[in-house]
Amino acid sequence: MLVGRDADKLEAIARDLTVRGAASVSTFVLDALDTPRHAEMLAAAVHTLGTIDIALIAHGTLPNQQACQLDVSQTLRELASNATSVIALLTLLATHLEGQQHGSLAVITSVAGDRGRPSNYVYGSAKAAVSTFCEGLRPRLFKAGVSLTDIRPGFVNTPMTAGLPLPAMLVAEPDTVATRIVHGIARKRDVLYVPAFWAIILLIVRLLPRPLFKRLSC
Amino acid sequence: MPTLLSWGRHPQTPQTPTPCHWPDDLSRGLADLQRQGRTTLAYGAGLSYGDSGLAASDHVLHTIGLDRFIAADWQTGRVTAQAGVTFEQMLSVSIPRGWYLPVSPGTKYVTLGGAIANDVHGKNHHRHGTLGRHIVRLGLRRSDRAPLVCSATDETALFRATIGGLGLTGLIEWAEVKLMPIRSSRIRSVTQRFDTLDEFFALSATLDLQHEFCVSWIDCGAAGRSLGRGVYMAGDFADEGPLEVAHPRRLTMPVTPPVSLVNRATVRAFNALYWRHATRTPTVRTGSYAPFFYPLDSVLQWNRIYGPAGFQQYQCVIPEASARDGIAALLREIAASGLGSPLAVLKRCSDLASPGLLSFPMAGTTLALDFPHSDRLTHDLFPRLDAVVRNAGGRLYPAKDAHMSARDFQDSYPAWTAVEALRDPQLLSRFWQRVTR
Repeated sequence: MLVGRDADKLEAIARDLTVRGAASVSTFVLDALDTPRHAEMLAAAVHTLGTIDIALIAHGTLPNQQACQLDVSQTLRELASNATSVIALLTLLATHLEGQQHGSLAVITSVAGDRGRPSNYVYGSAKAAVSTFCEGLRPRLFKAGVSLTDIRPGFVNTPMTAGLPLPAMLVAEPDTVATRIVHGIARKRDVLYVPAFWAIILLIVRLLPRPLFKRLSC
Repeated sequence: MPTLLSWGRHPQTPQTPTPCHWPDDLSRGLADLQRQGRTTLAYGAGLSYGDSGLAASDHVLHTIGLDRFIAADWQTGRVTAQAGVTFEQMLSVSIPRGWYLPVSPGTKYVTLGGAIANDVHGKNHHRHGTLGRHIVRLGLRRSDRAPLVCSATDETALFRATIGGLGLTGLIEWAEVKLMPIRSSRIRSVTQRFDTLDEFFALSATLDLQHEFCVSWIDCGAAGRSLGRGVYMAGDFADEGPLEVAHPRRLTMPVTPPVSLVNRATVRAFNALYWRHATRTPTVRTGSYAPFFYPLDSVLQWNRIYGPAGFQQYQCVIPEASARDGIAALLREIAASGLGSPLAVLKRCSDLASPGLLSFPMAGTTLALDFPHSDRLTHDLFPRLDAVVRNAGGRLYPAKDAHMSARDFQDSYPAWTAVEALRDPQLLSRFWQRVTR
């Protein structure tokens, strides 16, 4: 079951998956910011699927950091789309999967959540909130036999990054990223850097002493 | 933002892409560039060799993200997909269900939209003609009309102008293609070398009739008595065997070397070895479809071996009546020049007509070969080859071209005026600008 806010795009993806061999595909139109309707979506999923084996939360927006610095309401909107709406869904799905005593929960956060940087700390802090939420939720779900995978991609060649001046070496293709995510969820990984080299880069970034870090402009 | 070049990396006019992921991105991109006073062109996998895939404005709509399937009927073998779906993606879905593309060029990385815009042909041209014969319908987005559907019965003029229309008659949004049934994904192939051009024509005359797929590699450096020596390869899908999608190990040419690795010495050595490796008597083997159809796909970005200056492919077709003498004259010129590369291909084409107005193949023989780009090539060898092709009544393939004269284009593709009349005024390629002057 595909959930998203644009009915036409959901339909296009559903058709694509059907041709590629999906046994059946259903869709549900939902804006993630519309938290009161989250429960309705979950009810529809349970009705359609019965047991939920894997739930992947993958929505988000890339904020304009400069604009957010000058506009509190925009900052709060970005935190809603990247953090609170995700946490709302995690809360709902976690309780359901815990009740099932089965399933894998996965959420796409970002390497940006590992350390706030001047160039995108609104985005980074929203992702960090989700990652920290997951750290606490994971042991609870573990006791119910439910895995929780925190997926932290670096730059991926998608519409979100189109037009950004990114170093080509560091931009991964969606297919590569998807393959690693599928394998990571199957192997019940806790935290998954995608591609793997980001784990090393972020380790170094986290280890930079604060007196030095604050003098950098990244 | 990274810019894009053509496959041959010549001419080196970097293209600024507007990424398109959804059909409406096409209309939006077209309108946005129009507001900036710019024309544009769809850029898919970027496998056109010369400048036919480069926008006159150097601003392209990058359509590789339009990669979704829309519908499939596995009973009748009809698949509808967005224009950015590649042949590789198409095959990965269709092979397990017993269907193959009816026409496939030498690489599976081309997009459906690009394949239609160039009306591609393959090793089975003598049986199936060009891809355009197997396109049922296609969706177009134009700057001056609402989205429309073209087929042999609706919008016929636009349908015919779009097949082989070099992307100029509108942005191809999607297309429905008729596949061909296969019983196995394995190919039973026959390989046999020939010593002279006459032997090639004799082999081709008898064996082309017996096999679905035929192509020959030719030693472009051989001269004198060896002129036209090469290796003939034919094949058919096996009647029995698995329906397996190939996942061969792929290498990537990691860097562009400072100079071309293709030069007189390496070409001579490779060609002599390759020719001697093949036997005089037919060698039969059965193997996966991938190495048979797409041998070059095993090295990604192989175009880098030609160095920073890039390369040009010369592909012409010479009509039946003058084919033997014409091809011999071309090979003499090439051998005498000492230029040329190991990648030289010879194939006979049939008279199966395409619905496309600017379709390249005609009944006759087509010769294709790559050359490292140099001034000597464009000022000396190519004009000589062009004269041979002109006198023989042949023509060049726009998808591969970066040099043909406006005069030669207009003489050998008289229907170009019909395509120009139907061209979307917001779409213009560097090629079209060059040859319609």
